[in-house]
Amino acid sequence: MKKLLSVLPLLGVVIGIHLLTSATDTMYYLTQMTMSAYYSLLIIGLCVLMGYAGQISLGHAGFFAIGGYLSAALTTNNLTFHQDSTLLRILDGTGMLLSGHDMYGEVFLVVTPWAACIIAVATAALIAVIIGIPVLKLKGHYLAMATLGFGIIIYRVTLALEYFGEADGISEVPPFVLLPGLSVSGDFSARVQNYYIAWILLLLGMVLLLNLIDSRVGRALRGIHGSDEAADAMGVNTSRFKLQTFVLSAVFAAVAGVFLTHYNGGIGPSEANVMKSVRYVAIVAVGGMANLWGALLMGIILNFLSMRGVFGSYDDAVFGLILILIMLFAPNGILSINIRYRLRQLFSREKDGEEGGQR
Amino acid sequence: MTTELFIQYLMAGITYGSIYAIVAIGFNIIYNTTGIINFAQGEFVMFGGMIAISLLQYMPLPLAIALSVAITMLIGALIEICFIRWLKAPSVLRMIIITIGISIISREVAVHIWGESIRSLPYFIGNEISSIPVLGARISPQVLWVIAVSALMVVCLGIFFKTTSVGREMRACASNRKAATLCGINTQNMVTLSFVLSAGIGALAGCVMSPITYSQYDMGTGLAIKGFTVAILGGLGSSGGAVAAGLLLGIIEAFSVSVVPLAFQDAISIAILLIILFVRPQGLFGSKEAAGLSEF
Amino acid sequence: MGKKEGSGRMALLEVNKLSKRFGGLLAVNDVSFQVNSGQIKAVIGPNGAGKTTLFNMISGTFPATSGSVVFREQELKGKKTFQVAERGMARTFQNIKMFSGMTALENVMVGRHVQSNAGFLSSMFRMPWVWKEERDIRDKAMEFLALLEIEEFANTDAGSLAFGQQRAVELARALALEPQLLLLDEPAAGLNIYETAEVGRLITKIRDLGITVLLVEHDMSLVMEISDEIVVLCFGEKIAEDSPQNIQQNPEVIKIYLGED
Repeated sequence: MKKLLSVLPLLGVVIGIHLLTSATDTMYYLTQMTMSAYYSLLIIGLCVLMGYAGQISLGHAGFFAIGGYLSAALTTNNLTFHQDSTLLRILDGTGMLLSGHDMYGEVFLVVTPWAACIIAVATAALIAVIIGIPVLKLKGHYLAMATLGFGIIIYRVTLALEYFGEADGISEVPPFVLLPGLSVSGDFSARVQNYYIAWILLLLGMVLLLNLIDSRVGRALRGIHGSDEAADAMGVNTSRFKLQTFVLSAVFAAVAGVFLTHYNGGIGPSEANVMKSVRYVAIVAVGGMANLWGALLMGIILNFLSMRGVFGSYDDAVFGLILILIMLFAPNGILSINIRYRLRQLFSREKDGEEGGQR
Repeated sequence: MTTELFIQYLMAGITYGSIYAIVAIGFNIIYNTTGIINFAQGEFVMFGGMIAISLLQYMPLPLAIALSVAITMLIGALIEICFIRWLKAPSVLRMIIITIGISIISREVAVHIWGESIRSLPYFIGNEISSIPVLGARISPQVLWVIAVSALMVVCLGIFFKTTSVGREMRACASNRKAATLCGINTQNMVTLSFVLSAGIGALAGCVMSPITYSQYDMGTGLAIKGFTVAILGGLGSSGGAVAAGLLLGIIEAFSVSVVPLAFQDAISIAILLIILFVRPQGLFGSKEAAGLSEF
Repeated sequence: MGKKEGSGRMALLEVNKLSKRFGGLLAVNDVSFQVNSGQIKAVIGPNGAGKTTLFNMISGTFPATSGSVVFREQELKGKKTFQVAERGMARTFQNIKMFSGMTALENVMVGRHVQSNAGFLSSMFRMPWVWKEERDIRDKAMEFLALLEIEEFANTDAGSLAFGQQRAVELARALALEPQLLLLDEPAAGLNIYETAEVGRLITKIRDLGITVLLVEHDMSLVMEISDEIVVLCFGEKIAEDSPQNIQQNPEVIKIYLGED
């Protein structure tokens, strides 16, 4: 309940932004706010992995792409030619196929978005398990390079496979009908609706992760980060917890990929680019690593600014610079510098024995 | 497979392999003195090639290459002085992120100076179609340049580390930094020097390879991954291992052309990297005990 | 299940012919001893005698080259550290390993790990039983802080506590596992004479709760004061095992210690 209450003010802000944009006739901002929300969903998941479990991943764009690409391909690519395969019969029998006629009157057959979403996210989770078991035995530089390598392989796969549209990616991805009358799509008329879908999904993710952090599991993760050896001696199965966190963050990334792909109506190889993974890491770092609220805030702000084109052609450079500056001057995140210290001072005036900020 | 084709593939493999070995040695030099894996290593190679191409408009080729190497060394020194030198006991994660940041900035600087177009230096001798017969196969003279220059670099580095006093001080710094400091060696300067050296050999490799493989602003990441693969394969920190592993990876890649689709070429080395990391993180030639002792 | 080895008496922990080789160095050579329920047993020896290596093999940090460790009648070979902990063996570290960035209370709460169940999904969705479990974890953790007389620091960042207090938090954290056997790796290291006496008092208090204690220690006065039995190691070999009184008389032990200092 406590966690639920702590995100309620944020829900107020979400509604406030909607009202503000509608009052000032700047509703087009909602589009970027929606996209930012989806990217932030990935980022808070990565934050738990990096900040709390202490494992770096330079391959999370890969999981985003697995989610996005699979759900795009399944809901878009026509399966008519494979109609007789057993797999398709099984899918059909369970009501997971959707048939119709395209604009030329030809029959086409695709997987329903719900089924595609589940398949995509489950695949991402499975790949995370397969990759995670060996990768998470590694530390430091080795882990960074291994996850970077994974990301590059996914990028190459999206570029090389015709099924994924090679360099063009997949376009004309249909809307994702969540409930009758409620669908994830980039349709102009559904902008407000989609803004709320994205934000409620993000807030839900936030509540789940806040719960996780403040629990037996969360304490064990922070323990692993504090001292691997001591956590081990407390009976924490460190390798399993790292793996589960890795899979969890991959699932968050894949869900974000699925939703954003339906919202954009398509996905391209740039989503799988290593630079994207680095950008996510940068945002988590700016937010302060072990700080979900910081990651969320920075995820929204930086993605929003980037998508508004504020950084122009220096987009990647800005993220590179942010990365260096933060790591050089404020390794605990931008929120740790001053504001947080001052706020804490403000709220705990009576307790003057408090230590200062974490430097 | 005919003998000619075999030689052709073999030479291609050795050519690329020498480049990977040089990049890996670049990793090793910095790793040995600082314990840092410099994710921006590939960018030194890119800068070397790109700067030489630009300088070529104003001066003859040898001078352009020499100046380009010198400028890249200066960049290496600046990077160390600005970003690395004054950090006190930074965590591994922090160093990884900082060097990744440096690599991104380098790339962005490059794309704003040179654009996204693919460039190349001219062939040092002859041109694209000139060739030398080697055991029945026809080999471009530039291939021999790459192999010769790489071999020369390895030999010179060996002599430098073994016989000169600065080289010995760098090795002392590598084996025990604290002890080296106590012996009056300025370890900070040794670290700067390791960046300079590493940038220098990277840049020279970038110049000799440019006529064959071309230069582009974003070539660094791919090279860094392969160089790292080779460094790990050969045992992190070992130059001899890097040469052997570099040639091995180059030859594997070259011969796999006939089996694996071109689009997945890079995936091979990454797959090798992942397998090696999982199975034998101490490298093919390294000892397990030693790997267990190094801090990661 | 490992079989009980020859000896007739029921021991909580049996160390049988344990050896560890690091490359060419034989750090622990063929060491055997038993720890019986309810006693405080100490392992002493000069620097480099292999005490910590022995400890790390018992707690599963790394495998022995040969020999076996039997704990509660089960052979521990191949068991990971966390599994050894789950079986009821807790430990502390020579250079204290606090979970810094967490409060003293949270540190001890991690110690309740094996005594609780909430996993990823049940934590994320806060199942009703998770609420109750959380409350229990917190209450129990407070009890252990109180037991070690440091409840006043419950909400202080553990990393910022004084060294002696950190030791106490580490002890509380280990006790929170409700272990049958507590391994203490140099509990008096880095403490002054008063703090050492205090730790000694706490260790006997723990023993009196029915928890068996095995400790490695440098500080002779502490060991002689609190131990029921002492094992002396020198260059990886056991040279004596006896009561504190007899150990003090043992000529070989005296020779080592006089020769050392």
